Amino acid sequence: MPDSHLFYRSRRQTRNALTLATFLTATVLTAGCSNLGVKPWERDLLADPDMQLTVSGVDAGLDDHIYFSKEASSGGRGFGGGGCGCN
Amino acid sequence: MQLNNNSNSSSKSRPVGRALAAATCALLGVQATGSLAKGQPGEWDVETALLVYSEADDRVQAAEPVISATRNFDGERKLNLKLVADTLTGASPSGATPSELPQTFTTPSGNGSYQIAPREAPLDDTFKDTRVAISTNWEAPINRDYAYSLGAYGSREYDYISTAVNGTLSRYLDNKNTTLTGGLSLGLDLVDPVGGAPVGLSRMPLSNNKSQADFDQEFAATRESDDSKTVIDALFGVTQVINRQMLMQFTYGLSYSSGYLTDPYKILSVIDDASGANYGGNLIGDDGNPVYLYEQRPDTRLKQSLYWQTKYMLGNGDIVDGSYRFMIDDWGITSHTLDLKYRWRLGKSYLEPHVRYYLQSEADFYKRYLTASEYNAGAPVMTEASADYRLGEMTGLTFGAKWGYRFDDDRELAVRAEYLTQTNDGDQGFGSLASQDLYPDTNAMWLQLSYSF
Repeated sequence: MPDSHLFYRSRRQTRNALTLATFLTATVLTAGCSNLGVKPWERDLLADPDMQLTVSGVDAGLDDHIYFSKEASSGGRGFGGGGCGCN
Repeated sequence: MQLNNNSNSSSKSRPVGRALAAATCALLGVQATGSLAKGQPGEWDVETALLVYSEADDRVQAAEPVISATRNFDGERKLNLKLVADTLTGASPSGATPSELPQTFTTPSGNGSYQIAPREAPLDDTFKDTRVAISTNWEAPINRDYAYSLGAYGSREYDYISTAVNGTLSRYLDNKNTTLTGGLSLGLDLVDPVGGAPVGLSRMPLSNNKSQADFDQEFAATRESDDSKTVIDALFGVTQVINRQMLMQFTYGLSYSSGYLTDPYKILSVIDDASGANYGGNLIGDDGNPVYLYEQRPDTRLKQSLYWQTKYMLGNGDIVDGSYRFMIDDWGITSHTLDLKYRWRLGKSYLEPHVRYYLQSEADFYKRYLTASEYNAGAPVMTEASADYRLGEMTGLTFGAKWGYRFDDDRELAVRAEYLTQTNDGDQGFGSLASQDLYPDTNAMWLQLSYSF
């Protein structure tokens, strides 16, 4: 219905603005900190396999395929994923 | 596939560049390559899994075996091969609305029809498919500051072929505390729908009250030839070591699709403006059938996404993994995805609860139904319309957990279960349509057994 459509639009725009603001703040904060990072001898914890951003590629691939076929969004973490008929 | 305990000395002595490189690979959609690989030269690391997926209400059921193998040529050069197969059966919502009366629909092939009882959600139960997908990825350093990867993907199912090639370039900065990565993917998909692609917003032919010859003629008139679509994806990412316990990633993604983006099996009901009942019957034409139209989407789509992920190791060795994705496209869809995992590490085993929240707004051309005046006696007032619930306003919630046991550095057995509920909302209809359930929930669960060696 036209009215509710407008309502969703306005709520959506607010959410978009908030999201962008959050991202910009986070990026500026990250870029602005000159003391980020570690010395080579401080990498023990980061080298743990469980600290990889994607621990199991197979899990991620299966989930990405499921959500790709059930939602209007895909990708983000990586490329949008292989196409499929996905009814 | 190899796994190391957090106390394992070999993991501590591993070049940290690899952790970042793996993170970078994950960033670029080649996750399998970097995952948990011990990376010993001349060794294959293999990850296998079987996924069983089931939707409630006799909807989609799937079984999906996967094998992913990574050959490590030296510490940093790797070749990954991945094979996925899936078999799907079950029913899928057609897009039509439920009705007070029994409804009859033509199958996509045109060779038959199926009936839906009064007040039942119209599901097309002729849905059956087998898909095989293969992908390969090669990654290697160029010099101490740069690395690259090249990949290819291909999948085939009965009515769809998908192919893609991709490449990435990474630049390490600040003693590899920062990694900048750019990537490009080019895809070409061929769509060959069962029965041929229907003409968008044309009326679904129904065989009631007409001869086979008339039906065949009508069916042929609604068909177009096969079609294709191209997809171009670009990514730019920054992976940053924050401190000894924290790693963070930001990714901006741009995706442009053009060609046949319509779902050839989805339809829309046309509803009488006055009564809210299905339009048709004796109101139009001489076949006395209700009116359903094949959907039509735009032929281009531009998506943009921002993705942020952080991993943090607590003092006790447990790991928190949180991510947020914001996506917006020129179809009017905006989505937010929050994902949180907590890996509780218990000696050789671990338990990882998981929660995911998804919120999506509807596409500009999403219509739960069309009214007779919008149908306009066969000359629709709009050029695009879809009742596919996946383009509607949606909230999704997933709860899950994974339990894994590591026998040694090489071998791991894991079990994972996830439960997803999707709820839709939107136009509630009018007249007799208002008493129908236009937005039934979608409930799905999947169970996965994995073994790595």
